[in-house]
Amino acid sequence: MLNKNIYLILIISLVFAISFWIGFNVNLLPAEASINAPIYDELFKILFITGLIIFIGMTIAVIYSLFKFRKRNDQIGDGIALEGNLSLEIVWTIIPSIIVLLIGLYSYNIYDRMGGMKELNHNHEMMSSNSEKIWAGISQTSDNEIAINNLSIEVSAMQFAFLFNYPKGNFISGELHVPVDQKVTMKMESKDVIHAFWVPEFRIKQDIIPGQPTILNFTPTKVGKYPIICAELCGPYHGGMRASIIVEEESDYNEWFNKNTKPEVKL
Amino acid sequence: MTISIDPQKTNNESLQPKGWLRYFSFSLDHKVIGIQYLVCGFLFYLIGGTLASAIRIELASPMSDFMPRDVYNQVLTLHGTIMIFLWIVPVVNGAFGNYLIPFYVGARDMAFPRLNAVAFWLIPPSGLMLVASYFVEGAAQAGWTAYPPLSITTPQSGQIIWILSVLLLGGSSIFGGINFIATIIKLRRPGLKLMQLPMYCWAMLGTSLLVVLSTPVLAGTLILLSFDIIANTGFFNPVLGGNVVVYQHLFWFYSHPAVYIMVLPAFGLVSEILPVHARKPLFGYTTMVFSIMGIVVLGLVVWAHHMFTSGTPPWMRLFFTIATAFIAVPTGIKFFNWVATLWGGKISINSAMLFSCGFIINFVFGGITGVALAQVPFDIHVHDTYFVVAHFHYIVYGGTVFIIFSSIYHWFPKVTGKMLNEKLGILHFVITFIGFNLCFAPQHWLGLNGMPRRVAEYDPQFQLVNQISSLGALLMAISTIPFLINVFLSVRNGKNAGDNPWNALTPEWLTSSPPPVENWEGEAPLVEEPYGYGKEISEQK
Repeated sequence: MLNKNIYLILIISLVFAISFWIGFNVNLLPAEASINAPIYDELFKILFITGLIIFIGMTIAVIYSLFKFRKRNDQIGDGIALEGNLSLEIVWTIIPSIIVLLIGLYSYNIYDRMGGMKELNHNHEMMSSNSEKIWAGISQTSDNEIAINNLSIEVSAMQFAFLFNYPKGNFISGELHVPVDQKVTMKMESKDVIHAFWVPEFRIKQDIIPGQPTILNFTPTKVGKYPIICAELCGPYHGGMRASIIVEEESDYNEWFNKNTKPEVKL
Repeated sequence: MTISIDPQKTNNESLQPKGWLRYFSFSLDHKVIGIQYLVCGFLFYLIGGTLASAIRIELASPMSDFMPRDVYNQVLTLHGTIMIFLWIVPVVNGAFGNYLIPFYVGARDMAFPRLNAVAFWLIPPSGLMLVASYFVEGAAQAGWTAYPPLSITTPQSGQIIWILSVLLLGGSSIFGGINFIATIIKLRRPGLKLMQLPMYCWAMLGTSLLVVLSTPVLAGTLILLSFDIIANTGFFNPVLGGNVVVYQHLFWFYSHPAVYIMVLPAFGLVSEILPVHARKPLFGYTTMVFSIMGIVVLGLVVWAHHMFTSGTPPWMRLFFTIATAFIAVPTGIKFFNWVATLWGGKISINSAMLFSCGFIINFVFGGITGVALAQVPFDIHVHDTYFVVAHFHYIVYGGTVFIIFSSIYHWFPKVTGKMLNEKLGILHFVITFIGFNLCFAPQHWLGLNGMPRRVAEYDPQFQLVNQISSLGALLMAISTIPFLINVFLSVRNGKNAGDNPWNALTPEWLTSSPPPVENWEGEAPLVEEPYGYGKEISEQK
């Protein structure tokens, strides 16, 4: 009996060790380029390791049973008439419940750190006048709510393109340029069907809905060019509906911004 | 109270055709209807599988070069709709439910044999109509979810035929659900208690409750959608002040429970198969029953986890995260119980057992990615990507379809009186298992790294992994060949099975194979312990 328990403990520790090793050494995710990304990857690592432990454990249990308890040629009759075991059942109800609860609380914490639990009621100039209801996607709102440098961009999506309107510069661009390390606020609305704004390196996604503006906030942390992908089926050219987000140093961004700014037309 | 059926009066058998012709007739025999469901479903599976192959051929190269882009969207829409509404739902519910439930409750037929036949005969015309819509103006191309406004703006005839077809299939499903509930509750043989029923009855009771509660919501939603398309109403049309997100809520109120409508019967079937081939009682009968009912209740309140990026308020995201993650608890109990059923048994390693164990491994994997997807922050990155595609194929193919094959190997001797060839069966399992995992496991990585679902073109950096996936799909297509050869050879020349080749204790095996028209020559046997392996009742046999 003692011998058996030692083997069990050995196997369980081995499963844990393998899962942790894979969890820490196998990277399945793209580059991290926003404040959200490292927070997301932390959650991913925890879920990945927990999942691996359960999956490897169950797989071993099934394959072991098939080998150990297979019917040999000379055997007749049935297995043991074991119909259940209440304490065992309680154990495998309570342990998964605790795991699920802990994961839920942890992911709530992650979501809160991403800013997802905050109601969006800050007053941007572009949306102060109207009383329309706006739905929020992920929004990282720091405590000093709206920084002076906060960028407000209006995104409109249509079959099969994104357009980015910079109200302060009075121009529209097909490429999204943003300065690094500054919070960007986007108000998005679709002109026809549902689209979605997804930047894998930022770990953010928000549907762009006709007749219902949505808000998406993010803070890029790494200079570079990343794809903006439409993730919601929007028609025959859905797969080709792409744009680019260019994260650049503030000076480069300002140069680009000033080059494109149009003087306001006085009526 | 139980109604006893007079064998003289139930159906006028002299008017029913005999032999293979009866499978093409409006037969009222539940066994004939069950086989009609199975064969019809399998034919649609071959069509849906061909469409899947077309998708994987298109995705073997990054460019959209195999078929026109709008045809690609039609193909993926038809693939999803056919696999769900014409293959999995009718087969795990209609086929096995019709064949097995009357045996399990000790009845001579279903409660409403004519409704039963009507429910089946709605399926072939609506399925053919759906496939034929391609030749009108092109089939529906808004995905099986048919989200407006896309479904309102794409060519109308295809979308309207799609709605009509899904409405008829939904109706068929509701008829079936009512019939199963009535049969299980009212037609039980005198003396048979609810807690003595084989587990598949409980699974079908839970499933049928979900069908009856949620399918009418889908029907109502699709009728409103059809008004928006043909009568210019504005329920979901934002141009006319409609709300597109309301459609998503209504659609998923059915379509999430639909996942349980597809997997709960499979949970029931595997609970019948494992004890027989492991020669052990089903572990934890009572907790299995409660976990089925727990899944039914929770399954009705998790739908918004499909809409985490649609712009739902934070409190709603939180509620649906927790509700969804908690489904893992009753589901987990069932999987632990199945492994405990294997533990200490005398397991015959045959095709039915291998497919069932493949199901356990695949489904655990799909369940784990499911718990991850339930977490809002996790889902926001991978929603609508190939990660989700991989996840739900692990559930519906790696889970349910594996169990459909397992069940065919298990009950083929019952239906035909002949055994299937084990060598071909094991070959079928090996190719399917390898092909399936090769096809779908790499797709998790694709989704995490930036490949959205439902696209005909993608970044060249994803080509290698997509080709591995397509290779897996090719293996899956090949795997049907040994299966079909096996079925056709065994029906004609298979080894005689005798009445009870597995030495099983559930009631369907206590009559001849194939069974007579009204199931038993005399009175239906009272089976108080359908899983009494290792006990005296089993020793006596």
